[in-house]
Amino acid sequence: MNPHFVQRMGFVLLTLISLVVVIPILLVMGVIAVRGAQIISVEFLTAMPRQGMTEGGILPAIVGTLLLTLGTALVALPIGVGGGIYLAEYARDSLFTRTIRLAIVNLASIPSVVYGLFGLGAFVLFLQFGTSILAGSLTLAIMTLPVIMSTTEEALRAVPVEFRTVSASLGGTKWQGIRHVVLPQALPGIITGVILGLLRVAGETAPILFTAAAFYLPRLPQSVFDETMALPYHLYVISTQVPGMPLDVQYGTAFVLLVFVLSLNIVASLIRSHFRRKREW
Amino acid sequence: MGNVSRIRWGEFAIESLLRVLGFSAITFLFLIFVFLLREGVPFFFQVPVSNLFGARWYPTFDIFGIFPLFLGSLFVTIVAMMIAFPLGLAVAVFTREVAPHWVRGVLKPTIEVLAGIPSVVLGFFGMTLLVPVVREKLGAPTGLTAFTGGLVLAYMSLPTIISVSEDALDAVPKSYRDAGLAMGATKWQTIWHVIVPAARSGILMALMLGMGRAIGETMAVMMVTGNAARMPLTADSLFRPVRTMTATIAAEMGEVASGSVHYHALFGIGLVLFILTFLINLAVASMMFKRVSRGGLR
Repeated sequence: MNPHFVQRMGFVLLTLISLVVVIPILLVMGVIAVRGAQIISVEFLTAMPRQGMTEGGILPAIVGTLLLTLGTALVALPIGVGGGIYLAEYARDSLFTRTIRLAIVNLASIPSVVYGLFGLGAFVLFLQFGTSILAGSLTLAIMTLPVIMSTTEEALRAVPVEFRTVSASLGGTKWQGIRHVVLPQALPGIITGVILGLLRVAGETAPILFTAAAFYLPRLPQSVFDETMALPYHLYVISTQVPGMPLDVQYGTAFVLLVFVLSLNIVASLIRSHFRRKREW
Repeated sequence: MGNVSRIRWGEFAIESLLRVLGFSAITFLFLIFVFLLREGVPFFFQVPVSNLFGARWYPTFDIFGIFPLFLGSLFVTIVAMMIAFPLGLAVAVFTREVAPHWVRGVLKPTIEVLAGIPSVVLGFFGMTLLVPVVREKLGAPTGLTAFTGGLVLAYMSLPTIISVSEDALDAVPKSYRDAGLAMGATKWQTIWHVIVPAARSGILMALMLGMGRAIGETMAVMMVTGNAARMPLTADSLFRPVRTMTATIAAEMGEVASGSVHYHALFGIGLVLFILTFLINLAVASMMFKRVSRGGLR
């Protein structure tokens, strides 16, 4: 057979396969957006659930997810960014450093439900935090740590070495150079990484199943030791555990969760592209 | 204390603090392992071996055969990879070697979005739209089958497979492409006879990382596979319900008393999952190490 004909057929096949991959993704988002948007109202976003969650709103789930995400950020941000700075600026190529890198890769691939088990064993039972926002945030923080650490390292490594040399030549110490010269240059990259890490855990269900999530709690959490509803867990509950749940409410919840996660995603890419255009190196 | 020594002390303190923060990655990995051991290992001693390696999982009757769960996870993962690997490789080749610039600009963000869609949303979508199709078109009684789970999992592992394969293709030197074309081969022939073989270790890595992603996935799998703990060994298993290790933990941990045999059993399963993903990573890391020591980036 004519090789050019084979090539043309091959390229057509690859195009078709790419469509097979892309179309379901667009379908998922399209269907959830169209069906979900219909039920979205001020009440749906700001009211407590009523009638066994079939009516009213999903406010406690929204607030719960925001609180868990915030708690995760408070714990994971200093540890992750600090660790990333160490890896990029201080670590030598030693066994110690290689072990840290191996640990990061492994942390990143532990199944989310195993994080849930760890959170249950360590925070809920051993440290006796109970099923709480605190236990859930700590679990999610450890889960997102590898993402934040490695993107921080990457962002710092992207800053040219001259920035450090110039700072040192002006008499700055190593930390002064990092703090006042390198870190500000790497900040957009770090922020992008942090947001990507957080949005990944904001949509997680398995790690909070036994560490933070409440099945039905029609009030807002009072302290970090309170359990809480959360959007992903709520979607799981109303789509599998509650018979006779109106499909509209399910689509609405999925829509709110998707919008939350994707808007963080868009913010991250906007920051990235904005600063990539602005920087001078 | 003089000014200079104060600065020096400050530098030392900051470096030490940062080192501790970096070290925390090791600490947390170690702690996770220790807690899984502490709560999981008792299970393997509390339950007689014949029970442990039995073919049935009925925790309410103290029957803890983990084989159906293990094989369930394996089965769904294999189904997922059989779908996702060819698709993922094709998309990677398409975006890297064939597609015009603007198509790449559409494909890449779309696949990034897929990576960001929460597992529970995909599970919900699978339940409401995919399951009825499987039930009616493929004749599976409930539509909650290993095939449905494998299909959803395939899409969830696609972003990993695609991006790692793309990196592998990207690392093949341009001279390889030029040499192939200069020999009179078409672009298509060069891709499959030169570029892809040259990138094979990276592509194998993509497959393994995709597998790791699939075997650990929980919510979506739990929502679409029907969760019947049966050995997936019969010919019709693809269109029968199946139960994975991850789904078992997620579905049952809420109802067990802490300290019971069942509680330890679920941690035991967690330990098995932890070790599985650890081994996959070790294999990938050693492949990466070999690649670097060989001098190339393929």
